[in-house]
Amino acid sequence: MRKSPLVAFGAVAALAVVPLLVSNTYVLHMLVMVFLWVLLGQAWNLLGGYTGQVSYGHAAFFGVGAYTSAIMVKSGFSPAAAWWGLLAGGLLAALVGSVLGWICFRLRGPYFSLSILALSEVLRLVAVNWKDLTNGAEGILYIPAFNSKAAYYWIVLALAGVSYLTIRAVMRSKLGFYFLAIREDQDCAESLGIDTTKYKLYSLLISAFFTGVAGAFYMNYMGFIDPGIVFSLSDISIMMILVTMLGGAATMAGPAVGAVLYILMSEAFRVFLKSGHLLFFGILIIVIIIFFPQGIVGTLREKWAGRRLRAANATAPKAGA
Amino acid sequence: MSPQVAGQIELLGQVLISGILLGGLYALIGLGMSLIMGVMKIINLAHGELMMVAMYATYWMFTLAKVDPYVSLVVVCPAMFLLGVAIQKFLITPVMNADSILPQNQVLLTVGIGLVLSNLALLFFSANYRSVPVSYASKTIYWDVKMGGQTISLSFSYPFLVAFAIAVVLGAALFVFLGMTDTGRMIRATSQDKRAASLMGINTQRITYITFGLGAALVGAAGALLDPVYYLYPQIGGPFTSKAFVITVLGGMGNIPGAVLGGLVLGLAESLGSVYISLGYKDAFGFIIFVLVLIFLPKGLLGKGRA
Repeated sequence: MRKSPLVAFGAVAALAVVPLLVSNTYVLHMLVMVFLWVLLGQAWNLLGGYTGQVSYGHAAFFGVGAYTSAIMVKSGFSPAAAWWGLLAGGLLAALVGSVLGWICFRLRGPYFSLSILALSEVLRLVAVNWKDLTNGAEGILYIPAFNSKAAYYWIVLALAGVSYLTIRAVMRSKLGFYFLAIREDQDCAESLGIDTTKYKLYSLLISAFFTGVAGAFYMNYMGFIDPGIVFSLSDISIMMILVTMLGGAATMAGPAVGAVLYILMSEAFRVFLKSGHLLFFGILIIVIIIFFPQGIVGTLREKWAGRRLRAANATAPKAGA
Repeated sequence: MSPQVAGQIELLGQVLISGILLGGLYALIGLGMSLIMGVMKIINLAHGELMMVAMYATYWMFTLAKVDPYVSLVVVCPAMFLLGVAIQKFLITPVMNADSILPQNQVLLTVGIGLVLSNLALLFFSANYRSVPVSYASKTIYWDVKMGGQTISLSFSYPFLVAFAIAVVLGAALFVFLGMTDTGRMIRATSQDKRAASLMGINTQRITYITFGLGAALVGAAGALLDPVYYLYPQIGGPFTSKAFVITVLGGMGNIPGAVLGGLVLGLAESLGSVYISLGYKDAFGFIIFVLVLIFLPKGLLGKGRA
């Protein structure tokens, strides 16, 4: 375990030089999307995987982040507003998160999941109908600041790295243990003196913040957003769950594995099939849930742990022998 | 009575009629969802996609063989039943007992199933919007009411009226089935307490297959009935899945009469809200009512559901 920070640092350094070696913009675009989804997966994983509060409504935070950034640019702030938007988008998403959490954390389990889904759909409808603020269904167009994909690559890599380190730090702190306790048994956690509503809200705030940052980044990178894209139930909310779950919920590496598979599969099949490119991703999800219920990383880890245990048992002196 | 007042009454009457007719179809969608939720305790997030499958089946039967959508019910419902049984038997049952970190693996599985179904439809039928151009699609029946010296003319869309009538018949058949047959009683027993039911010698495994099949058949019927009045496209399922769980929660989870009430309430809320508040927010009313009911009436409007 001691080596892991060094390994992580080396990995980030290696990833950072990629744009210097690869000039193919399509490949860089794919990598940008992969890291965007790593960021999203990490964010969802903190609330859903570690704290056990399965949210079907994270598109609300993604959309709020994206629109915050877009509206800041459009309302005539300096050109750098788009970048301030990353922070502002995250903060506003966290604010919206605290309101949604205040409402939805009165409910538990699937009821929480569905209520946050319902409110995120309401926010989408607000974005469609509040034309003065959001330009409605026509969306907002913005000319991206950089021509080179490399700049965006470094930004999103840094964002994914920061979210990884933050969430890792959180999960190693007392806060993280509270989150796990809440996931394992909320009543038991409550009886041990953990203010579960408060800590669930903390988890949601961090998760919503990073999701909002991702939304703001998406807006800066793609240069166009509309409510159907950034508040999408199927393409954002549900995908965040599936990406995390595919890799392995409540594992640090899971969202990354899920993000790589998601982007690779959807892009590869977009080339072969004109439409319906998520077909094989959907089939993979079904196979994973049936055969690897802990996700890819989670199931592999269980296998290794089992093997190590068996090896330890084999070498240990037999009790009573 | 002045003509203005008569006009207002006419509008209100018209809105109520369309709300109730729509609500009948919603009730059919909600009934299937509620059955599944009662017995399996899972939310079937592929419910709308199952409806989409039935809609395409009806569409192709009409386009290729000129089979009237109402006649095609006879084929679509049993086919959807079999599809539902297959999904439950081969996909959901293996996951029911699996242990995992995410408590809602079965629900996510239904999301995956929905994703596969809608992407299959995209692949084979393209993203184009289609409709079933039946001859009676825009046929209306008028009903004139004399009131205070003014004539109030209310119109009933013929396909909606037929759909409502068939929905009522199917709903009544479901009640008779659940209330009077052995299998129906077994379904209700399993829904009340699965373990006790299996101790009484009920094959609860088989009951889950039948329940999912019935749920799929009911939503399939709703799909076939919607075809003449709606357009269809591969991603139509998503919004209807949301409507289905809204209806189910309004009525109380697993509460069968509640699902009918929930469907009518949602139909009326959408219809009243879109005319009197804002058309753009039509779909928001259901969600807002949904969250309010969850927080203040967690057992549903009838207060008998198992929340």
